[in-house]
Amino acid sequence: MSLRPDLAIIAAHVPPGARVLDVGCGDGELMKALRDTKGVDARGLELDPRNVAAAVSRGLSVIQGDADTDLAGYPDQSFDYAILSQTLQTARAPDRVLDELLRIGRHAFVSFPNFAHWRVRLSLLWGGRMPVTRLLPERWYDTPNIHHLTIDDFRAHLAERGIATEAAWFLSGDKRTGGAAANFLAEHAVFLLRRNPAD
Amino acid sequence: MLTTPSSLDQRFGLSRHVVLPGPLRLDGGALLAPVEIAYETYGTLAPDGGNALLICHALTGDHHVASAHPRTGKPGWWQRMVGPGRPIDTDRFFVVCANVLGSCMGSSGPASGDAATGRPYAMAFPVITIRDMVRAQALLLDHLGVARLAAVVGGSMGGMQALSWAATFPDRLDACLVIASTARHTAQNIAFHEVGRQAIMADPNWSGGDYYDGAPPAAGLAVARMAAHITYLSEAGLTEKFGRRLQAREQKSFGFDADFQVESYLRHQGLAFTDRFDANSYLYITRAMDYFDLAEEHGGLLAHAFRAARARFCLVSFDTDWLYPTAESRSIVQALVAARAPASFVELSSPYGHDAFLLDSPELDRVIGGFLGTGA
Repeated sequence: MSLRPDLAIIAAHVPPGARVLDVGCGDGELMKALRDTKGVDARGLELDPRNVAAAVSRGLSVIQGDADTDLAGYPDQSFDYAILSQTLQTARAPDRVLDELLRIGRHAFVSFPNFAHWRVRLSLLWGGRMPVTRLLPERWYDTPNIHHLTIDDFRAHLAERGIATEAAWFLSGDKRTGGAAANFLAEHAVFLLRRNPAD
Repeated sequence: MLTTPSSLDQRFGLSRHVVLPGPLRLDGGALLAPVEIAYETYGTLAPDGGNALLICHALTGDHHVASAHPRTGKPGWWQRMVGPGRPIDTDRFFVVCANVLGSCMGSSGPASGDAATGRPYAMAFPVITIRDMVRAQALLLDHLGVARLAAVVGGSMGGMQALSWAATFPDRLDACLVIASTARHTAQNIAFHEVGRQAIMADPNWSGGDYYDGAPPAAGLAVARMAAHITYLSEAGLTEKFGRRLQAREQKSFGFDADFQVESYLRHQGLAFTDRFDANSYLYITRAMDYFDLAEEHGGLLAHAFRAARARFCLVSFDTDWLYPTAESRSIVQALVAARAPASFVELSSPYGHDAFLLDSPELDRVIGGFLGTGA
């Protein structure tokens, strides 16, 4: 089974036996891979009931709920890793979701589509239309992505909130791309974060 | 089949009945002895005893979960869910289903004989709780040689028992599946039950519960069932099934016959129920449900009920169930999350209200099969 590239990066960097909460876990693809290949104790939260049913029928522990409202009940530091893949930009209050992630998990993986990718820029600059790309396939009115962000936006937010970046990966298609020009070249990004201990 | 020892064991099979010496100390303080339990088992208990699964039935259910009802001849109440190759697969699991304490299908209840008097208990039967039902089931499992349950499964009042199992015997179950249920009865739940109880007790035939030598309070019990039956259906379901359609007539009668189809249907449901259920049992079991508040039993905090739990949990609600709405399941899930228990929760879509858990639902089958299929 081949995972989506950002999920493959996350899967490769979660240590065996870790406790993981996957927020916006979809049908449990990543959770299943982590459980089956690394013996990870994976739990999930997912908005779409059809996805939840699919995940539960795979024997995964997934709760139907909303990242914006249903994270408050999770105890502090109750997971080694909290994961938010391709979900940040769909949250009503992404900054608060990020805070919750770093409260619940000792570390957090966050992946999101980069709105400053050159294809997106070109589409806006020359087409004058909201971009519809491989990673952003929905049109302006039916997209679940209500808080578009760029890699530089995210970096600035981390600095402002005193959140430490432990690692970051930038992807163009299935290939890795460099950090320096990532805001221009990367279609999506994966960050491994932790709350700054001094904070 | 004769090669397996369990098939020769008289403890296993359909329509079993056992009298256990007890005594069982009840939440109300009384001691119950002996404890009679009617039950059925399906499948074969594994040599290591690791494949036992307990199904808990709802208010008016019984132990005939997947076999024909001896009185009505109807198929088992969860026949579509339980059997070889079904989501609760009797080729894999040794399934036990016991009639609850207080009922009238063979387990100790108000219609049972009181050893002290030689007559039916009637209202001398002690008031019981959901936890008492669970403790009686544990006695039965001891008798069957089942130390540990791979899973406890229940819908509605059966779900309350499943939750109570996890709180009362946390070391005795590996998985807990709770469908269309709640961790406590709300004021509205209690109110509907009180209407039913008052209907029974207002029937002159009830005679303070002492009617076993004469005519039972069938009219009162029928009204109780009618009121309860409404709560098991959704408004949209009733509208779709009956609307304002008239029953076998062209015009309104300007009288009080069952003009509307929905009236005729409810009357039939009420009447049919009186053939198979004891009015006093109805009083006792509804009381047990009304007393149920799992948080109250654990210092007011539901999460504390699951502190010692080792089981995986799965909760399922239905979007049109207004008897035990999704919010009730959600509050259980929040308690499980706070207690760090592995939990799944999904709200399924169905037009059929609370009754949906008994009806054909491929999604429910998939969730149940999946939850029980891995790790159980």
